[in-house]
Amino acid sequence: MMATSSLYDSLVTIVGKDFVSDRKEERYFYARDGGLMPPHEPDFVVMPKTTEEVQEIVKLANREKVPIVPKGSGLALTGLVIPQQGGIVLDMKRMDKILEVSKKSRYVVVEAGVTHGILKSHLQKHHPDLRHSVPDAPPVATIVANAVIHGQGRLAQQHGFNSDMVSGLEVVLPTGELCRIGSCSVSSYWFSKGPPLPDLSGLFMGWFGTTGVITKLGLKLYPCKKMRDIMLFLTDKAELVPDIMLKLSHTEMVEDVVVSAQPLPLRFRGTFWIMAYVTADSDEELKFKRKMVWDAIWEYFEDRDVGFLSTSPDMKAPLMSMPSKDTCKFADVSKGGGFQYAGPIAPIEKFPAFVRKLEEVSTKYGVFYASTARLIGAGHCMMFSFSFSFNRANADEMVRAKQALDECSQFALEEGGVLWKADIYEQRLLMDKMDPNTRALMKKIKQLLDPNGIMNPGNWEAK
Amino acid sequence: MQQKDYASQIHRCFRCGYCKFPSDYSSFNCPSYRRFRFDSYSTGGRLWLIYAWLKGEIEWSEHFAEILYTCTTCKNCTEQCPMKFAPDIVDWIVGARSDMVEKGKIPPRVSRFFEAVYGYGNPFKQLRSDRAAWANGTKKYSAGDEYLLYVGCLGSYDENGQKMARCLVDILNASGTSFGILGEEEECCGNEIYMLGETGLFENLMEKNTQKFKELGVSKVITLCPHGYNTMKNIYPGLGVNLEVYHYTQILNDLTKKNKTEPPKAKAKVTYQDPCFLGRYNNIYDEPRQILRSIPGIELLEMERNRKDAFCCGGGSGNFVNDLLAGSVDSPARVRAREAYETGANTLAVACPSCLTMLTDAVKAENLDDKLVVKDISQILKEILSVK
Repeated sequence: MMATSSLYDSLVTIVGKDFVSDRKEERYFYARDGGLMPPHEPDFVVMPKTTEEVQEIVKLANREKVPIVPKGSGLALTGLVIPQQGGIVLDMKRMDKILEVSKKSRYVVVEAGVTHGILKSHLQKHHPDLRHSVPDAPPVATIVANAVIHGQGRLAQQHGFNSDMVSGLEVVLPTGELCRIGSCSVSSYWFSKGPPLPDLSGLFMGWFGTTGVITKLGLKLYPCKKMRDIMLFLTDKAELVPDIMLKLSHTEMVEDVVVSAQPLPLRFRGTFWIMAYVTADSDEELKFKRKMVWDAIWEYFEDRDVGFLSTSPDMKAPLMSMPSKDTCKFADVSKGGGFQYAGPIAPIEKFPAFVRKLEEVSTKYGVFYASTARLIGAGHCMMFSFSFSFNRANADEMVRAKQALDECSQFALEEGGVLWKADIYEQRLLMDKMDPNTRALMKKIKQLLDPNGIMNPGNWEAK
Repeated sequence: MQQKDYASQIHRCFRCGYCKFPSDYSSFNCPSYRRFRFDSYSTGGRLWLIYAWLKGEIEWSEHFAEILYTCTTCKNCTEQCPMKFAPDIVDWIVGARSDMVEKGKIPPRVSRFFEAVYGYGNPFKQLRSDRAAWANGTKKYSAGDEYLLYVGCLGSYDENGQKMARCLVDILNASGTSFGILGEEEECCGNEIYMLGETGLFENLMEKNTQKFKELGVSKVITLCPHGYNTMKNIYPGLGVNLEVYHYTQILNDLTKKNKTEPPKAKAKVTYQDPCFLGRYNNIYDEPRQILRSIPGIELLEMERNRKDAFCCGGGSGNFVNDLLAGSVDSPARVRAREAYETGANTLAVACPSCLTMLTDAVKAENLDDKLVVKDISQILKEILSVK
């Protein structure tokens, strides 16, 4: 391996002095995320501007066997971009061009640093009849990173994970070759990530940057209706929630279904807020859809198991906003700047058990909780967040929050869930439980693509 | 001063990154993050690094100090942060700077800024006796005058600021407004000194200014500069000094409403730069626009980021002198000059001498000087009024 100073010089040659740092301040900040995973410093933070620069950096890292960790905004909270073995953190956010919006084929092609906020704003301004699935992560979350971790957004109920909406990739492989995935590999159109070809996008989605650096991504866009509204229902019976979610989904009239639970403010305690979003192009369409939603769950009103909550404009605004700023506010519940969640992807029938566990664990460890469950697909599964806030200035509370998270993850796994954006310890739990042949296949793929093990080492490392 | 509590609160930042954006997320609106692009230069980065410094996890370094002082205190973060502590963020940064000043650990350029103000009463190291060199016989304030026109350091010494001051004086004279200036007796307002964390020097300046105001019986002040407006309006009262303070655009707006100026028809496409210390700090967005709209023939074209989402020129917190964000096509003033040009305007109107000088330089750096002219509102008004 080259001397550190030579590596620094080589990186400066590739991207310029302004965009390489080996200074303590950048190494400190890029050593950690907002969650509870222990920090580990990179040796360098590098910000490429072009695919060619990424290739040069990857070739250099591969030649010198230096770890390399591609990074968006580091919002997974599970330490997925903490450079476990040092090396180079590749901050992709200077690659910030929206390259193409295809109105007729309904997709967008973006560079790897484009954020959800910027894409949302761009579409609203230039293509108001198109939208993408905006996650509730802050707007600085990048499209690529969110897809790589199988994020979910406002269109999850209709169209699944954000990774399902990918329509093509450009990837720098760990050995430096540039590769296109999907229709864009044989055509100038980015309409499909796989079909009718073998779907190679699976070599990169969910791998947390361990198999290559995505430099461009095609993303499917969807019709953006002129009107959007929320219907807010309340129940105190957790056991009814899965059926209600299914019935809402059955209407094929709702954009998004989210159920939240939290003990504070006190008026929220013991109730589950079921939020059904509907969209329309006309009053008639909206009225019809709202009626369909009412009809779908009317029996619960008759039994007085579910109530409807009329929302004031002040109350409605944050519920309608995309992304929801309220998600982040949970970090300040303890006036301490931290929260993290275990977010298993699980069958929706597990909702009552998960809620019970959440309350039990919160009491056991003395930490504030909140939860959001989002329906993914037409009832195929949900993301259930076991969220705990903590005070960053209270080391003991941070330990308790981590213990609470670990216990919830373990529980979710035992209940048949699969851990979402699993941290390196949870990845081991998953791989221990995984079919041995599946694990072996992952290992073969990883070794084939990344023979020197330079890509985000520590993650998805099968024994 | 909230800044004293910063050490017990600063860990509350979640580094969510909302602070980087304007309201519609259309671009990056934090000047230092836009310039440098390392997350360490965002508000979240800065707050996490300050906390690390307080905990002893990082040592002080010139780079750390530079990260702190590249914040222009433009308050975009305060506007966008979703947390309850949002209003305190700038105070936290100023608090950390105060601690650095006390320890004598600040960037050399900031140190020179303090030395200049301490020694000369202005950051340009210009002679105090030259403070009124721009004034060309402008009447000094005396008992019975309605307003004191407080010109500030940029208006007194900076070439662009001086032009601005002269135009304003001419308009006020033409309108019959009763006012006077302090001339060489004027002291730096201290806004930048406060934002840079030199609390002792700030209090000294404030004391000198207010003592002078008391001696002369000043009760109403018109400021040329939004920075001076901010400090006299918002910081002096906290320390027991109460004045009726106006930014000059408020006065000119009243004059145009009362038809005292009767502007003739002109033809120009104008865009307007909201100064941070007028807009986000003091919620004055309408008056400058009303003046411009009152002029027949002026078409006001808004930049995409305007009002509370306006992008800072990069001059705040003394950076109109220290210029810690300079040297790049991504320097805020250059980004803003391009944005102004993209509106189709041929005039970029400002209401702040700091914006005037930062953006004038930026327009030149962008080779737009034959397409876009930067003018202060008083200059625009004076030209069309043909005030002598």
